[in-house]
Amino acid sequence: MRVFLSLLALAVIALGIAMTLTDIPFGKPKADIATHYVENGREDTGAVNIITSVVLGYRGFDTLGEVAVLFVAAMGLGAVLATGTRTPKANGWEPASLVLYTGCRFLFPLIVLFGAYIFIHGHLTPGGGFQGGAIIASAFLLTYLGCRGRRVHEAWSSAVESLGGLTFVVLGLAGLTAAGHYFLSAFLPAGTLGQLFSGGIIPLIYIAIGLKVGSELAGVIDRLVEESQ
Amino acid sequence: MSFLEDYAYYFGAFGLIFIGLLIMLVKHNLIKVIIGLSILDTGVNLFLISVGYISNGTAPIFCRDDMDPSRMVDPVPQALVLTAIVIGVAVLAMALAIAVRLYQRYGTLDLRKIKELRW
Repeated sequence: MRVFLSLLALAVIALGIAMTLTDIPFGKPKADIATHYVENGREDTGAVNIITSVVLGYRGFDTLGEVAVLFVAAMGLGAVLATGTRTPKANGWEPASLVLYTGCRFLFPLIVLFGAYIFIHGHLTPGGGFQGGAIIASAFLLTYLGCRGRRVHEAWSSAVESLGGLTFVVLGLAGLTAAGHYFLSAFLPAGTLGQLFSGGIIPLIYIAIGLKVGSELAGVIDRLVEESQ
Repeated sequence: MSFLEDYAYYFGAFGLIFIGLLIMLVKHNLIKVIIGLSILDTGVNLFLISVGYISNGTAPIFCRDDMDPSRMVDPVPQALVLTAIVIGVAVLAMALAIAVRLYQRYGTLDLRKIKELRW
């Protein structure tokens, strides 16, 4: 009965979607705003990657809100999982073998380096702060899976996270007082297109976002792993 | 057949969305419901990306100066999905944390046995 009702509801939804989608052509340009961004994005923001110029140039304020959502989710996770006792219990798992342990310790700095490369080059190549942060968090996940006993130093994690968020807001406020007179205005020189040191405040914000997202997701992994022990 | 070829991405995206919705509606195990939520999330992201696709378009990144702006795909859905993926991870982590707490409280993940969640 439940399956039947569910299928019926899905069929109704599918009918509505099909009626809507037949009016939307596939593979054709649809919005003028896209053309505007693609044609003027380089001059307006100084970023070669147009997606980055949309995320941080045209829509920087929305990205600040999105970073706040991620922060609230990580904080809510901590609140839901808070047990009061922070003393790590001794678990009965046997330690990893020497090969696994050494391999994880060898790979950890390389993965962090790759993540840093991704978010430093966010305005030039595919990638950016969120992707690079996720890669850095994956390095911490590898440590948790491969080298049991090693863990994130909580004070450092919180400090890096706070510093990342603070840098974003301070750069936005600096734009408020500097030339542009609005929040997150590009007050640094745009530089030469396609160079590493270009794009004004965009690389700085992406570095802040990368550190923040990386430490935040590492904290999420830390809490979930701690809970499962 | 050209209809199917033109709308292949839409069919794939909504296939994922409906699979995720069906899992969420039918399954009784909370972990499976969360997996359904994740599949639904992936389908929505794929749909948004495919709405912004332009036939034979390239990624909106000027690797060289002589690239043609009119052949680039819409960057706005890609920027939206970039943020939607991160929000999806946050929602997933939050849901898993609540599942952990529910298991500690009731000793089961079966939604039929958890009193407050029965429907």
